[in-house]
Amino acid sequence: MRALSFDIAHLLAGLMLVLSFLLLYQDRITAMLNVFAMQAVALSASVAWQAVIQDAPHLLVTAAIALVVKGIVIPTALHRIVRKLGIHREIEEVIGAGLTMLVGLGLVALSILLMLPVGEKVSILVREDLAFALAVILLGLLMMITRRNAVTQIVGFMSLENGLVLAASGAKGMPLVVEFSVAFSVLIAFIVFGVFVFRIRERFDSVDVSALDRFRGERGEQP
Amino acid sequence: MPVVVGLWCVAGFIAIAAVAIAIGRFSRASALIYGASLLVSLAALAFGLQHLIGAGFPDMVDYPLGVPGIGAHFRLDALSAFFLVVINLGGAAASLYAIGYGRHEIAPLRVLPFFPAYLGGMNLVLLADDAFSFLVAWEFMSLTSWALVLANHRAPENVRAGYIYLVMAGFGTLSLLLAFGLLAGPDGSYAFESIRASHPVPFVAALTLLLTLLGAGSKAGLVPLHVWLPLAHPAAPSHVSALMSGVMTKVAVYGFIRIAFDLLGEPVWWWSLIVLAIGAITAVIGILYALMQRDIKRLLAYSTVENIGIVFIGLGLALAFRANKMELPAALALTAALFHVLNHSLYKSLLFFGAGAVLTATGKRSLEDLGGLIHRMPNTAIVVLIGCAAISALPPLNGFVSEWMIFQAILVGPQLPQWGLRFMVPTVGALLALSAALTAACFVKAYGVMFLGRPRTPAAEAATDADRFSLSAMFILAAFCFCAGVLPGLVIDILAPVAQSLLGARMPVQVHLPFSLAWASILPIAESRSSYNGFIILAFLVISGTFTAMFIHRFATRATRRSAIWDCGYPDPSVATQYSSSSFVMPIRRVFGATVFDVRRSLDMPRPGETRPGSFHLKVWDPVWRYFYGPVARLVLRSATVLNQLQFLTIRRYLTLVFATLILLLMVVAAWR
Amino acid sequence: MALMAEIAAQAVQMLLVLAIAPLMLGITRKVKARLLRRIGPPIWQPYLDLWKLMHKEAVLAHNASWLYRTAPYLVFAATWVAAALVPTYATNLMFSWSADLIAIVALLGTGRFALALAGMDVGTAFGGIGSSREMLIASLAEPAMLLVVFTVALIAGTTQLSVIAETFIGGVGVRVSLGLALLAFVFIAVAENARIPIDNPATHLELTMVHEAMVLEYSGRHLAMIEAAAALKLMLYFSLLACLFFPFGMATKDQSEIALAIGLGSYLAKLVVLAALLPIGETAVAKMRVFRYPIFLGSAFAAAALAVFLLFVSRGGL
Repeated sequence: MRALSFDIAHLLAGLMLVLSFLLLYQDRITAMLNVFAMQAVALSASVAWQAVIQDAPHLLVTAAIALVVKGIVIPTALHRIVRKLGIHREIEEVIGAGLTMLVGLGLVALSILLMLPVGEKVSILVREDLAFALAVILLGLLMMITRRNAVTQIVGFMSLENGLVLAASGAKGMPLVVEFSVAFSVLIAFIVFGVFVFRIRERFDSVDVSALDRFRGERGEQP
Repeated sequence: MPVVVGLWCVAGFIAIAAVAIAIGRFSRASALIYGASLLVSLAALAFGLQHLIGAGFPDMVDYPLGVPGIGAHFRLDALSAFFLVVINLGGAAASLYAIGYGRHEIAPLRVLPFFPAYLGGMNLVLLADDAFSFLVAWEFMSLTSWALVLANHRAPENVRAGYIYLVMAGFGTLSLLLAFGLLAGPDGSYAFESIRASHPVPFVAALTLLLTLLGAGSKAGLVPLHVWLPLAHPAAPSHVSALMSGVMTKVAVYGFIRIAFDLLGEPVWWWSLIVLAIGAITAVIGILYALMQRDIKRLLAYSTVENIGIVFIGLGLALAFRANKMELPAALALTAALFHVLNHSLYKSLLFFGAGAVLTATGKRSLEDLGGLIHRMPNTAIVVLIGCAAISALPPLNGFVSEWMIFQAILVGPQLPQWGLRFMVPTVGALLALSAALTAACFVKAYGVMFLGRPRTPAAEAATDADRFSLSAMFILAAFCFCAGVLPGLVIDILAPVAQSLLGARMPVQVHLPFSLAWASILPIAESRSSYNGFIILAFLVISGTFTAMFIHRFATRATRRSAIWDCGYPDPSVATQYSSSSFVMPIRRVFGATVFDVRRSLDMPRPGETRPGSFHLKVWDPVWRYFYGPVARLVLRSATVLNQLQFLTIRRYLTLVFATLILLLMVVAAWR
Repeated sequence: MALMAEIAAQAVQMLLVLAIAPLMLGITRKVKARLLRRIGPPIWQPYLDLWKLMHKEAVLAHNASWLYRTAPYLVFAATWVAAALVPTYATNLMFSWSADLIAIVALLGTGRFALALAGMDVGTAFGGIGSSREMLIASLAEPAMLLVVFTVALIAGTTQLSVIAETFIGGVGVRVSLGLALLAFVFIAVAENARIPIDNPATHLELTMVHEAMVLEYSGRHLAMIEAAAALKLMLYFSLLACLFFPFGMATKDQSEIALAIGLGSYLAKLVVLAALLPIGETAVAKMRVFRYPIFLGSAFAAAALAVFLLFVSRGGL
């Protein structure tokens, strides 16, 4: 019988993956932000659990950062932006949610196929974490590709970053400095994105990023 | 000795064909020819069954015919015997059906000689034991069926169908020719006996498998080589459509099994990935297109494509297990595929017969022109209902049994060591489930629009039931569908020698002599630990249904009143308000529309005040035409235009060309040394 | 003697599911009504409805065929047999080996096939709309269901329900896969039983209806059969949920009276809990547009597929 520690790590990492799918599924921005916050909480729980089983207290700091910044601060800020812009319902999809999810499933299968057979030397737990992390990263990218709305693109990017942290927490001994710098850069990125959203809004009266393409003349006369 | 009996049957078919040329113009000839075909088919059927049940040893015979030095080899083993049974069962049913149906033939001389010759050709393919006889028989089968497709050559779409069929058949035979060339190796050992003894290097073996997939797959209807089926199968008279769809595709499956499982030797695991992927795609695409069809015979032809996909899923699983030395699951998957081959030949022939009966009675092939036939053709309605339920894989009929066995094989899939296969197998399982559910939708549509509701045209209103020969052929097939579903253990036991001879393993013995409650339940291999009993399910259904009806009629009320249609208070006397074939599948078309179909719609709505009628046109295309065959055809045309200049050279130039080629070849020979 | 006892146990199960299926429907309706601050009908109202319908004259359209008249009995028989083969209070009943999970799902398919045909028999627009949508929902639900079966069968090593239940009672650890499979199964069950958000069992005269549109022309004893079959189907999905995901309390090897009593008690308790949970979920969500169904069932498919993948991961090399 396997240890309970493995089961719980599996549960939390799996939960993150499922939440990534929920992000793809959501068609309302506010609900999506809530799911994103949940994913951050799951991430921090997962990292904290890694801290316990690896006996690495510095990971607790990472967990705390994830919880505070991505679980509370960023979702709250995004909620405010959304309310200000009055776009709480619409998510414009480039391709349908069903097809997106099918592609997402393919990506998950791909990451498992890539990660599982590779490292026979490392423990199953690390391999599994890596597989899940890669899947979360790819799903974040997918979300950025398939959504037009700038806010959803931010969320996709943040979710991608969640995957990075998950991968890092599984690999033993990531220095705290790296951790801080990553968190910091994410915050900077978030601010840049936020400013960017308001600028688009001012100019084009919409946060549909395809407005930018139109501006550059890429899409011709298409409405 | 047995194989000689088989060859005599082939000779019998050819003789009937010769007689048919002589007497075909007499009005009584039709019944005579079909009756004789029926007798010969029954003889071949009995002989194949006897060899299969008796588990006889392979029997061979050589004749100094054909290519000098090779001769013609013929052989009968368990695999050929099983396919003999399938083909002659279908052939016998089609002959019986045609005794009645053939009376309506407009130009009997265009059908009568080719029908027995076609049956003979298919039988000969199964008996051939060297590449040369195999290909000759294969081509004979293709050409006779091509002639039958053109039986009604005045319709322009039939001419197009015949042309496309000829091109595809030629392509398929070419691929098989190349495959056999690779198998024969540099020594040119074309007899299957010596091919079996040689072991090709993996690269050559893989190439052979691909060529076989192309060759057999183009005949069987694997996507994207399926395009000729929905054109050619409906063009032929209905009993021939039944043979082409229900039986000839099985000869193609036989060709694939013969090469991939018998001649090629040990498979490599990734072959199965290709076969599984193509099988699953074929199954889903086939049924999605079947759903979109309004022409009943074309719908059935597309559904054949789907069923061939299911058979190839089973074969792919068998290859995967065999490559990993898992003989028992391989036997399960192969038996399931063969069971499905038998099932499909039963219900597809039955459904084509039903379509033929409807066509004779109404003159209509489009579903949108039919309706309400359950009242005018009650017997046909019953048997077609059984066929529809069987093809939709509903318990307790036979279609369910083979799909259940394939699912059981799929559930063993995760024990395979390769990760690629582990992911592939559940994906294929989900696609198979999707195609099974869509099949049910497709045949609810077909049956509902054709037989239920109110008649949509006067022709449908005036229909009468089929003649007694046609009906008896359909009833016999329906009875077989029923028996194979209720007593599947018998069929599995009969199939055992095939798996035994190809894989060295078989499914456990199903029918035990001491009668117990577990009698007639299927027990696949130990790995899946599941069981299913069609007999008990049927008994339960019959008992509980009858009991309930009796209870209500006895203790509640049986009062019944006839009245007008209610329809929520808005009944409309116009029959056009019924759900039609296109409207039934509209949700499915919309769900899968963006990805799978090439839909062209045009809506013409008159403005307010205008008095002209509005119109709505819908055309669903197979995207294969646009994205695959279109470019190929253009490429061929362009190169043909360029090469056409070769026809207008002077003699001196031709001689120069010949001379240059000669010098080139000599240089190649010199360099080779 | 042992044979007689076994037959009796099977017969008890068969009559048990039939007897309490309307009750479950009554409980869901009552809870739903209370949630909407209505008093609602008494929980035995479905029995009275069925009794009343059975004694009413059946009104048939002039062009109704024999298929229309036999379909209700076939639907009822298929659903009843399927419901009777799901282990409820004890495993290894006499005929439990005659159909596995796949066969039970397919038996429901037989019923659906008959009902969809019956919907098209008279030739009305409503009947056609119902049949068409019903088959669409079934087509979308089937792949997800197969993957749920796959997940469960991968853990238990079989599709035989009795064995699955016994394996799961033995304990299989914390499984994300099972949670996902449960989620997918709930989605499928909601769709298959024509509940909100896919369909609304309480509505008529509305273009969004599916199941009710299909059976619109039915009346009298035929309608009674169809209603009873619908109740049995709901009950079957409750039993299946209990058997696959919460099998505790079921009598397994020990088939003594006490074990059977515990099994029966826990089974009834599980049913009541589920029957109360369903309307709570239904009240919380809104009915979907028809063309949102693919997304809903697609997410069930995604959940089930993830369940299979995660199972591969957690097993590592199997």
